[in-house]
Amino acid sequence: MNGEIETARLCPRDAADVAEIVAAARRPLEPVGFGSKRMVGRPVTAELLDLRALAGVVGYEPAELVLTARAATPLATIEQTLAANGQRLAFEPPDFGRLLGAERPQTIGGVIAANLAGSRRVTVGAARDHFIGFRAVSGAGESFKAGGKVVKNVTGYDLPKLLAGSWGTLAVLTEVSVRVVPQPELDRTLVIDAESVHAGTTLLRAALGSAHDVSAAGFDPVRGALLRFEGFAPSVEARVHALCEELGCKPRRVLDGAASHETWSALAGATPLASSHVVWKISVPPADAPDVLARLRPEQYLLDWGGGLIFAAYSRVDAAHVRGALKSGHATLLKAPVTDRAVTPVFHPQPAVVAKAAERLRAAFDPRGILNPGRMS
Amino acid sequence: MICLPTPDQTIIARRASIVRALREFVAANGVIDEDVRLAAYETDALTAYRQRPLVVVLPETTAEVAAILAFANREGVKVVARGAGTSLSGGAIPAADAIVVGMGKFNRILDIDYANRCVVAQSGVTNLAISHAVADRAFYYAPDPSSQIACTIGGNVAENSGGVHCLKYGLTTNNVLGVELVTPEGEVVRLGGKHLDSGHYDLLGVTVGSEGLIGIVTEVTVRILKRPQTARALLIGFDTVETAGACVAAIIGEGIIPAGMEMMDRPAIHAAEAFVNVGYPLDVEALLIVELDGPAVEVDYLIERVRAIAAQNSARGIRVSTSERERLQFWAGRKSAFPAVGRLSPDYYCMDGTIPRRELPRVLAAIVEMQARYGLRVANVFHAGDGNLHPLILYDANVPGETDKAEAFGFEILKLCVDVGGVLTGEHGVGLEKRDLMTYQFDAVDLDVQHRVKHAFDPDVRFNPGKVFPTLRRCAEQGREHVHAGAERFPDLPRF
Repeated sequence: MNGEIETARLCPRDAADVAEIVAAARRPLEPVGFGSKRMVGRPVTAELLDLRALAGVVGYEPAELVLTARAATPLATIEQTLAANGQRLAFEPPDFGRLLGAERPQTIGGVIAANLAGSRRVTVGAARDHFIGFRAVSGAGESFKAGGKVVKNVTGYDLPKLLAGSWGTLAVLTEVSVRVVPQPELDRTLVIDAESVHAGTTLLRAALGSAHDVSAAGFDPVRGALLRFEGFAPSVEARVHALCEELGCKPRRVLDGAASHETWSALAGATPLASSHVVWKISVPPADAPDVLARLRPEQYLLDWGGGLIFAAYSRVDAAHVRGALKSGHATLLKAPVTDRAVTPVFHPQPAVVAKAAERLRAAFDPRGILNPGRMS
Repeated sequence: MICLPTPDQTIIARRASIVRALREFVAANGVIDEDVRLAAYETDALTAYRQRPLVVVLPETTAEVAAILAFANREGVKVVARGAGTSLSGGAIPAADAIVVGMGKFNRILDIDYANRCVVAQSGVTNLAISHAVADRAFYYAPDPSSQIACTIGGNVAENSGGVHCLKYGLTTNNVLGVELVTPEGEVVRLGGKHLDSGHYDLLGVTVGSEGLIGIVTEVTVRILKRPQTARALLIGFDTVETAGACVAAIIGEGIIPAGMEMMDRPAIHAAEAFVNVGYPLDVEALLIVELDGPAVEVDYLIERVRAIAAQNSARGIRVSTSERERLQFWAGRKSAFPAVGRLSPDYYCMDGTIPRRELPRVLAAIVEMQARYGLRVANVFHAGDGNLHPLILYDANVPGETDKAEAFGFEILKLCVDVGGVLTGEHGVGLEKRDLMTYQFDAVDLDVQHRVKHAFDPDVRFNPGKVFPTLRRCAEQGREHVHAGAERFPDLPRF
């Protein structure tokens, strides 16, 4: 039951074992690595398919800007391998471990299956935008591949997009290829006072709409507006200066390097909300944020993606209130007690026509419905 | 020789009643059934193949598209969607038993939303028109396929189009926020919007690049970016393709992602220089154009960094643009490479594989060897930053057998791309052209899964028949017809 109860555990040694286990399975399976995200989604009653043996970087040539790894390779291993070559994952996967009260390692496959994205989502995209190819085992137990190992590829359907964010309900990823980018020379964050959330989000939008290459823009009601600049040192210096001139703003604080990085990993992981029992992750058109917040009336909140991402914290679950506050976009119940998740749609309900297509797709990959059944319902 | 699908004669026999029914759904002039007017829809930019459609219908509203598709669903009639018809892979080539739904009347920009930095456009709006619509506020839409003056945003969504700047700014899929899609069953679906990501499965992500196989896109929401303050370019010559490749790797190794990085080989350099006279060096084996864009301080700084890297990598001459005019001159040769090569030969066939960049010397050497074997010449232009190759095979279709030879040559190049770890198509799409090569890159299970994804949207398999998925049938009839030099479609479009 999603992290709370230990059930039977199947431990494949490699991708061939995964195919064999899935093909032979007569009962539902829940694919897991270290279990860092088991407490997200509707609770599933299933045997654990422990993928931790499928670890290790399979191919990486920095100049090609592509890394291929087995799906359960710890994210930390990937990040260290990249950093040793002056590179990183552009989408900067957030770590919700502190928020969810389960500080366990993440795997690259888990990050992709959840389509995670950090604060740079607004400029460079999410896991989906950097996930270029995979090998996987379908719910029917077939080993298959899609995409490729080169950054520019339109051969066949873009199935990596479909698998990203499918939470292990379509297929079990066994090997993934991701696009990587160079690390910037300098990482600088401006902390700017804002009188109100309205003033703060207006500033974020002006900054993102400027020519000064702001890489991330967030708002923390305690700290103020946060703007991030990354790149070559002379460029960062010049852009910070030009933006402050253009918008007439005076930063209260300027954070460089590790301090800048920590600011954004805390925001993207919503760690300031860790003491809340119920946290929603809400994606809306960025300009809607102040109005949506006024309707949401959360006990605590954080904004990222220029206002397009709202983390809203409450002491109890009221899905109708939260989803009723949105005119467009979607709300995911990121954190809630298992009893609430059992009776509340964790993922945003879809219009009937879209739900029908989604159901057919699920049947196309997992005709017997054995992979994480119900998790996304 | 690629087969067009064998048409269903029972559908063709019902043509008159289908035409009559379509006239109920759209304005009187919106149904085309006269032979002389249908001729305009026979092919796209893969002009070697052509097929007269059953009928063409030109709807003006989403409701009309939905009514047409619901009718086609009821009657079991196939459907081919068409934007501007600029596909280089035959993605919009009609079928004899299919309704072509032309989206040309979907030509309005519906919403320019600077607060959310996005534009909502009907799917028949051209790629460039979106950038023009937001130019006064110095915004633009980043993906820039070479046909951007003509190609539609709906077509870009279908093909997941790229462009020379996609290493830094991404493909269509990374820049589309939402679509309105009419399904093969005639239902209207909105995927995405002005917000980011999907709250459930990423159906938008699978729609982009689906090559017209899962429905018709009627409306597209794209993100727009502030235009970079400045752009400058370097023109760098090399004695060997290997040193040029090493220079590209070194630039990326230093953490620099240029806005564009293009390579040309000797035949392409010579053809381009003869065509536009912009001062390309003629004594080098490879020429690299590196463009940097962004804030002026950054661009000036990086220009010097790249200049130094090039000098350390045996560059044979480095020119740096000092004016916008000079920058455009550097590009002029590259952007006219296709017509320039077209002057060397009555016909050329453009390929589109992607390879890991490290394999470039090996692949180019193999292409040289193949030239001797096929007795045909090749000029190579190359998106060096992302490994997307565009070999241009020169041939003369008036010489019996030469077209088949060019096609066989091209397919051998694409198979080599797969052999070295690459893919069949980087940006032009599989379409009709590369359909039968899919089994080379994907095994039967891979393709079966893709088939099932199509079935999830299009259970009766009626959308864009004969495209993307390989067929094992032998050719029933000749679909190919030759259009000779000068008569190609869109002769005035730049191609790069």
